[in-house]
Amino acid sequence: MKIIVKKSDEFIEYEIPLEGATLLEALTYVKTKLDNTLAFSSGCRSSVCGSCSMRVNEREVLACSYKVQDGDRVEPLKNVKVIRDLVVDMDKAYSFNAKASAWLNASSPSVALNDEDEKINELQSDCILCGSCYSACPVYAVNPDFLGPFALTRVWKYVGDRREDGAQEKVTNIQTSGVWDCTLCNECTLVCPQNISSKADIEKLRMKSAQYGFMDPSFASFGGGFGSFDGSPSF
Amino acid sequence: MDYSVDVLVVGAGGAGLTAALNAKESGADVLLITKEYPTRSQTCMAQGGINAALGNAGEDSIEAHIANTLKSAHGEADEEAVRFMCSEAPNAVAWLDSIGVCFSRTKDAKIAQRTLGGASAARACYAQDYTGLKILHTLYDRCLSQGIEIQNERVLLELLQDENSCVCGAKILNLRSGEVEIYHAKAIILASGGYSRIYDKNSTNSTASTGDGIAIASRAGAKLVDMEFVQFHPTALKNSSILIGESARGEGGYLLNSKGERFTNELAPRDVVSRAINEEINRGEDIFIDIRHLGEQFIDENLPQERKLAKLYEGVDPVTEIVPIKPVAHYTMGGIEVDHHSQTSLEGLYACGECANHRVHGGNRLGGNALLEIIVFGKEAGLNAAIYAKESQEIKLQTPNDTLVSEILSYENALDFYEAREKIGDMFYKDVGIVRTKEQLESSLEKIESIKANLHKYGVSDRSKKYNSNLVEFLEFRNTLDVCLEVLKGALAREVSCGAHYMSGE
Repeated sequence: MKIIVKKSDEFIEYEIPLEGATLLEALTYVKTKLDNTLAFSSGCRSSVCGSCSMRVNEREVLACSYKVQDGDRVEPLKNVKVIRDLVVDMDKAYSFNAKASAWLNASSPSVALNDEDEKINELQSDCILCGSCYSACPVYAVNPDFLGPFALTRVWKYVGDRREDGAQEKVTNIQTSGVWDCTLCNECTLVCPQNISSKADIEKLRMKSAQYGFMDPSFASFGGGFGSFDGSPSF
Repeated sequence: MDYSVDVLVVGAGGAGLTAALNAKESGADVLLITKEYPTRSQTCMAQGGINAALGNAGEDSIEAHIANTLKSAHGEADEEAVRFMCSEAPNAVAWLDSIGVCFSRTKDAKIAQRTLGGASAARACYAQDYTGLKILHTLYDRCLSQGIEIQNERVLLELLQDENSCVCGAKILNLRSGEVEIYHAKAIILASGGYSRIYDKNSTNSTASTGDGIAIASRAGAKLVDMEFVQFHPTALKNSSILIGESARGEGGYLLNSKGERFTNELAPRDVVSRAINEEINRGEDIFIDIRHLGEQFIDENLPQERKLAKLYEGVDPVTEIVPIKPVAHYTMGGIEVDHHSQTSLEGLYACGECANHRVHGGNRLGGNALLEIIVFGKEAGLNAAIYAKESQEIKLQTPNDTLVSEILSYENALDFYEAREKIGDMFYKDVGIVRTKEQLESSLEKIESIKANLHKYGVSDRSKKYNSNLVEFLEFRNTLDVCLEVLKGALAREVSCGAHYMSGE
């Protein structure tokens, strides 16, 4: 079969004599047998390290878990600096985890979690930081400061954790270029190899935000306008 | 560009991240470098659990943990180190819990525990079958919270030493720019992982597990120990070598041959189970793992990753079908010799994690003790390196010229190292594998020595500076050759079978 791979600025066609192979096996075949100069990242081969995320026919996949088809067009992730061929620089997307304080602030030693608590953020803690969600996110495409899907999922993971004693501070921290910027388009959910829905996590964070007295800034300015109309606060 | 730091940590898996956190907490200025990104490290692939005698699922004791570990080690462990590790285990798990690891829990609000092979109790704390992934990511988040600087895609080339052989820096290839950079450090911690990929595709490991730190430390004069001990995991998927973790047997999975018969105690230590499978395979049997009787709901709750991997890579659904498996290289017990302070035989150089040999696994590691080791000894390495750095003067070496990369770029590239890498992997699987003979070891030694002597005939076709992964893979290949030699020398020197090193005819 043929695969077409974006290399530098052009698309190169490679003939692969493999059947039922994953895209990673196909790329490894190219690298070791046909073209030593093709650059891509890989690691665990079992969809848990997040190294080999890329796009096939304009859809984000992990190369190690995608069965390659004849004629597939393979490109690097979008919305990220390409270092070379299929290798992208994840540093910026990763920096949003720090910016969003995506960690456990301090734990309350008296809180012992049970099997129900485990379910609250079990799925979110499956995230492998592959970056597919940033590639698919139309908001991040136009707003490079948007904290983005995996960082917000990670914030929810900690805010939803009963051990976290600084949830309010965390929620305060994601009001700008954060939860309200998302359009809830769900693209991140559709491409996540771990079946995580950052969209759903962002909705949960919006509810938390409301509990702490924050509101959607677009709605607030609308309400504020009304408030000044009759001279009384609207809420 | 040159860097200067108190403690340089090379490798950002669980051991490296834990070492960095502890060195930083002791007041040292820390820099962490990795040839990948931290969350892509081998640690993310650990599935089964982390051992600690908490007794949350039936009676257990630290003494029992020690006894099980020593028994599995076949007399090759350091009892004092094992005692320390097992005694620290409850603290290690409590610390991980306090920084936010999402462990599986029981109804009565305790950390859930399961039984793994060779254990007398349900001792492995787990997070479904994603234990390593969740520990690794939480450690990474913790490093971010502490403001630890992490530089990604930096490849260790050489250790730099002063006139007394003290390690005081490292030569690093910046993969993105292609520049060779000098890092001055008062102390260096190697946390660079194991060497299972000397078996190439016959390994569960990430392609990055090429023993770089071990080969480079050895070239600098550090002692290695017990390199012949390579653990073969009994249950990797037959076609892809992808791991089906011990949790599958721990939760009640059976091993079956082609006749549908069970043929071994599934929860014996890994060396025993792998040899039993190997014997069956040599008799012409195909081997399968069967977890159908556990039921769909239980599998989805406790073994979600196993189900996903079996469907994806072997095309079978373990809920309704038996899964074909074979044993492949999984963990390397051997490594850089360290003392009780995690210091190597070279002053200023510390090691932890799979690249180090703290002699807690001896001839065969128990499931659940690797994640434990990286936390307990990652901490020790971090604390001790920080103390050492505090007491030592900074030595500024003259910036040495890089010769290694330019030399490799001048190699003939007449022979294909990718082909050699694959052949060596297959040869090692067959001849330096689960069962070995003196003749097989000698012939393998001869072949590796010949390839090493002809290394200049291999080389790279990619001459570009930017992100030259062809060059990095050659550097890894060069490292694996040195590691292969050490494994073979160790294996030939150990004439009597012990743990994972099994000589035929005994």
